[in-house]
Amino acid sequence: MHIEISLQDGVPIYRQIVNQVKYHIASGRLDAGAELPPIRTLAEQLLVTPNTVVKAYGELEAEGLVFKRRGAGTYVADIQLPLARKEQKRILTQRADALLAEASQLNFTFEEIIDLLHKRQAAFKAVSRESNNV
Amino acid sequence: MSENIVNVCELSRQFGKTLALDHVNLDLQPGLVYGLVGANGAGKTTLIKHFLGLLKAEQGSVRVFGMDPVKRPVDVLQRIGYLSEDRELPEWMRVDELMRYTSAYHPTWDSSYARELLDTFQLDETKKVKQLSKGMRAQVGLIAAVAHRPDLLLLDEPSTGLDAVVRRDILNAIIRMVADDGRTVIFSSHLLDEVEQMSDYVFMIDQGSLVLQGSLDEVKEWHPSLSVRFTPDRDRLPSIDGLLAAERRGDSWKIVCNGAKEQVLESLHSIGGEVTHSRNASLQEIFVARVGRNQLSVSEEC
Repeated sequence: MHIEISLQDGVPIYRQIVNQVKYHIASGRLDAGAELPPIRTLAEQLLVTPNTVVKAYGELEAEGLVFKRRGAGTYVADIQLPLARKEQKRILTQRADALLAEASQLNFTFEEIIDLLHKRQAAFKAVSRESNNV
Repeated sequence: MSENIVNVCELSRQFGKTLALDHVNLDLQPGLVYGLVGANGAGKTTLIKHFLGLLKAEQGSVRVFGMDPVKRPVDVLQRIGYLSEDRELPEWMRVDELMRYTSAYHPTWDSSYARELLDTFQLDETKKVKQLSKGMRAQVGLIAAVAHRPDLLLLDEPSTGLDAVVRRDILNAIIRMVADDGRTVIFSSHLLDEVEQMSDYVFMIDQGSLVLQGSLDEVKEWHPSLSVRFTPDRDRLPSIDGLLAAERRGDSWKIVCNGAKEQVLESLHSIGGEVTHSRNASLQEIFVARVGRNQLSVSEEC
């Protein structure tokens, strides 16, 4: 499970872990039943205090996204699709906001963004067709 | 919750005319990692020396595991692990001799843990301490500080002068003590990113006074960092509640405040400020804002 911590944007570290685990679940990278890394392992990987991981896992558990097995690890719950869909939308909204903010900084109009999205979509389709043919 | 690990009450200490510690109050609870930050000479080492009983409380009191560390040094020190920047080790001893020597002082010495760390660090045990590199000395010092599985681990600037690999070894030892055994750790560091990632709770000390203490998430939440613009532009900032630091950035101001974000936003709005960006301040920003610009050199070291 790939998680990256940034100290630049001021988001509490436990919250960054929560968001990224959610992202992994929403994007299908973590399936229901998958085991999250043990607390010490993730703390060592990220070089954060173990209590931060405990807090993050606790939050995910409270939201019903993961569950703890007696005396064992933490596992991804079999969550309902609507929640995952909502989460997916939330993630995409963040990306869209970031795109809009950057575009406005670079003096792109909204029409130009839409135009760019169309072009990228066409390029994206072409690439995925090619890779499917191989 | 069991006993407090450390209680410090109204501790003051003077060296000549210098007030090294000024009415310090703090408690350490079990199972947490505490970061201690401050400029050189702020009083971090003086405070830690009181925990170890190396300094006697002149005014106020210090209790470690409920005991006075000056009166009951053996009982206290058996349960403490200590690693300092100087890493004072007996130069003439071989690594394996040093391990045996240290273990003799600690009935709780876990030789399989010591062995595991020696293997992980790939230390040559037949070498004498004086032949070791700086990093290896830190690793040996670390093993000597943790292999008796102390209830309290004190690390005084453990990362100073070490490369990333050895720093990681030290941080991993902290993580392991807390995750596996629920032990308590306090470490001082001038590497504020390291403290921000590794601490549950932070103490900021300046000229002998604790200027800030709290859980890291709370501390950050109570220190918004904002970009604000005024129309018409202002050469000087009007008075803002809780303002700690302000810096001109082009046509806007970058400010760090102390207070709830909503309140700060509201008071800025009421004086005609347009906030273009807001987030929680980093520990680095809070440190600079609290302890002042004269301390910037400290952050530049890292």
